[in-house]
Amino acid sequence: MNLKDQAAVVGVGSTDYYRRGQSLPQTSYELAGKAILAALEDAGLSIKDVDGFAYYSGGLNSGLLAQMLGIPEIKFSASLTAGGSGSAGSVGLAAAAVVSGQAECVVSVMALQQVPTGRFGAAFAAKSGPYAQAASPESSFVTPYGAFAPGHFFSLLAQRHMHLYGTQREHFAEVAISQRINALTRPKALRKTPLSLDDYFSARMISDPLCLFDYTMESDGAVAVVTTSAERARDLRHPPAYVMAAAQGGDGRWGGGITWMGMPDDLFATAGEGAVANSLYERAGVGAADVDVALFYDHFTPMVLMQLEDFGFCKPGESGPFVAEGNIRFDGGSIPVNTHGGNLSEAYIIGMTHVKEAVEQLRGTAINQVAGAEIALVTGGPSSIPVSAVLLRR
Amino acid sequence: MSPRPAGAPTADIANISADSWTEHFWRAARDHILVCALCGDCGTYRMPPTPFCPSCNSQNTEWPELSGRATVYSFTVVRHPVTPELNDSVPYVVAVIELDDAPGARLFTNIVECDPDTVVIGQAVQAVWDDVADGVTIPRFAPVSDPPR
Repeated sequence: MNLKDQAAVVGVGSTDYYRRGQSLPQTSYELAGKAILAALEDAGLSIKDVDGFAYYSGGLNSGLLAQMLGIPEIKFSASLTAGGSGSAGSVGLAAAAVVSGQAECVVSVMALQQVPTGRFGAAFAAKSGPYAQAASPESSFVTPYGAFAPGHFFSLLAQRHMHLYGTQREHFAEVAISQRINALTRPKALRKTPLSLDDYFSARMISDPLCLFDYTMESDGAVAVVTTSAERARDLRHPPAYVMAAAQGGDGRWGGGITWMGMPDDLFATAGEGAVANSLYERAGVGAADVDVALFYDHFTPMVLMQLEDFGFCKPGESGPFVAEGNIRFDGGSIPVNTHGGNLSEAYIIGMTHVKEAVEQLRGTAINQVAGAEIALVTGGPSSIPVSAVLLRR
Repeated sequence: MSPRPAGAPTADIANISADSWTEHFWRAARDHILVCALCGDCGTYRMPPTPFCPSCNSQNTEWPELSGRATVYSFTVVRHPVTPELNDSVPYVVAVIELDDAPGARLFTNIVECDPDTVVIGQAVQAVWDDVADGVTIPRFAPVSDPPR
């Protein structure tokens, strides 16, 4: 059995995006509800049509959503394990539920509210408060060294990439600058000040070689997408974005990945997504050359470079020169990347804005529309297994 | 207890929890000895210690004493404190190192006793022992005078 083209994303919706903590006094479930209702309105469906939820990063409480919004029956409720690495995969999970007949109208949703007690970077280090974590046998080999925050871990991959291939900070900057340009035209984007190379090199260094603009931002908001059968999709409001293929998981040798750093030498300076990329292309029957727009999960600029390599847009080690040649620009690039500004410049809703952008690109309604876009790639965040990716087509 | 190595981050964050597999490492560290999990059947090194050899799934595990010599595999200079506890610790160097006499085994650590801006991948380092609290000793690594490999 193959999922190919049997399910489609038919609705996308979001709240406004807010700087960290600014979404209060709305609650996180209120944000989720607003995004879900917006996605259903976009699809031309009602909350009464929803019968499933497919999440990632732990997910939400489906019972509470049913109670809050008045959903008659839940037939499917499941989540990918790990964190933001599952964003694209949640759409694959929804498609799997639909194609296997377990549910007909499945919502994937992320609501993020980084109130002061829930800041990711500091959360892992907190000694008290709701996010404090007791030392575990595993973390005892990491946290005593002052390695807490995601940026600490990804800087180790970036440093190794620079060492092996001569990748430069200018290459990281090109990712930040090209995505900032894309965000300038978007009303909901949170970072809309032009970013120059001077600005980039003047920014404070956080975890060397990563500076402020290599990091995504802290933000609040919610994004929901609705997946249903290809048959039903054809009768709805917009042209369907068919799920060509989905893949999740990863090379077992990646193991604990960034929190363990035992990856073998041939995998270390990668995004850890090569295995998923191979599965994805094989299932879809297409390759990198067929992709018209790429929505790469961009928590840190170097991980966009390494995903370009893992997903075959350039050879391993060549992503620096590849971006320096303008290849990821919306205006004239060979593979426009994160045309919505991404996590780096639009908003950080843990990757779900990327799914929304892919759907809008395939409908031909994107703000930064890639002419004639027929196939869009969306990835989940490089980090821990499972990582994920989905290919959508017009 | 001897003085703490220069450049080691605050002892406030040095909480250690062990299980029956990792306790060998931390008990040896108290005696300033670096050990590594070694499969007693197929000879594969693994760190941090886990209950099974990933190569052959044997649980037969040996704990050879290592020289403490290692090589910097990658590193970051942390310049911004992500929590107030680290205000007085920055800059500090977080590194992943390869243990020279346990091929295939890596550890997180700090590179200490040096200017952070002089750390490079491939640099030779040697374990130094940081007695952070009564009963808690953590291995950090300091450059040795050999040229980089």
